[in-house]
Amino acid sequence: MSAKLFIAQRLSAFVLAFAVAIHLATILYAVRGGLTAAEVLGRTRGNGIFLAIYVVFVIAVAVHAPIGLRNVLREWTAWRGRSLDVALALFALLLLALGLRAAFAVYAV
Amino acid sequence: MIQRQNDKPLRVEVWRGTANGHFQRFDVPRRENQTVLDVVTEIQRAQDATLSYRFACRVGMCGSCAMVVNGRPRWTCRTRVAAVVGDGDALKLEPLRNFTVVKDLAVDMVAFFDKWRDAKGYFESGPQPAEDFAVVPPASPQRQAANEGIECIGCGVCYSACDVVAWDKDYLGPSALNRAWTLVNDVRDQAQAARMQAVSQGSGCLACHTHMSCTNFCPKHIAPTYAIAGLKRAMMRRALGGEA
Repeated sequence: MSAKLFIAQRLSAFVLAFAVAIHLATILYAVRGGLTAAEVLGRTRGNGIFLAIYVVFVIAVAVHAPIGLRNVLREWTAWRGRSLDVALALFALLLLALGLRAAFAVYAV
Repeated sequence: MIQRQNDKPLRVEVWRGTANGHFQRFDVPRRENQTVLDVVTEIQRAQDATLSYRFACRVGMCGSCAMVVNGRPRWTCRTRVAAVVGDGDALKLEPLRNFTVVKDLAVDMVAFFDKWRDAKGYFESGPQPAEDFAVVPPASPQRQAANEGIECIGCGVCYSACDVVAWDKDYLGPSALNRAWTLVNDVRDQAQAARMQAVSQGSGCLACHTHMSCTNFCPKHIAPTYAIAGLKRAMMRRALGGEA
């Protein structure tokens, strides 16, 4: 792992510590008194704060998870080199695309 | 040494062979203040002269007698049998983990010390020798940091205890990184950039998982984990544009 990846992983972990806490607290808050799609969408549609938090969350995940997975693969398999880096860069883009798609899907009216 | 008449003999299982081998059973009399190294020596002298093991100083200075004793890496010359077997009488002796076994209890230390070299774990005076003595105040933070890691005897116990070494054969390991950290804190050294580069590569200090097995088992009570954490901080400062 290079110094840049190490720093990126530590910084994204710092962001995730807050983002995950907000995410979990929101879940606990959201499910009180039943949970329907209409209720959830009613709170999230057009909610800029919600969108901003989850965009940050998704970006942090897309940075953090592939670096960790890369370390695991390097330790537990013989996979090394450029193919590993390319595969995990694609994995990062996949996480980013799916996450942003989900965040915008519940934001857009 | 005085033999303890009332005690049952030790049941000692000793690894024989190389990577592929087997345990051989020896019965060894219990003696007062007996160390694990005493047991191995008694087996070799009195029961089986073909048993291979390594030792030199017998007083915890040279770092050559380390073995895995009842599943844990230890310096055998300073490990009393009584402290290991407790109320029992079973002793299991194996060569250090993560090393290539030469024969029986003797391991090849070449890869271990090659990593000291790879981590630039040696002093570099630079192209121009200093003109005068460097004044290093004993109370300075750097000298204190170097002091904490400088008593390493190179026994390989930390390397044997480290899971990351087991997973990644290229990982420099706690001992080499600890040595590098003492030199990072040596104000006279002229190769800091090259050393930080050496310890910051893929299988350097960043690969440490902070399991702390090295710190737990080091017979000299050194904490390589903290040395590695220091290297990580120095590496981050350097990567972010500051001085290490």
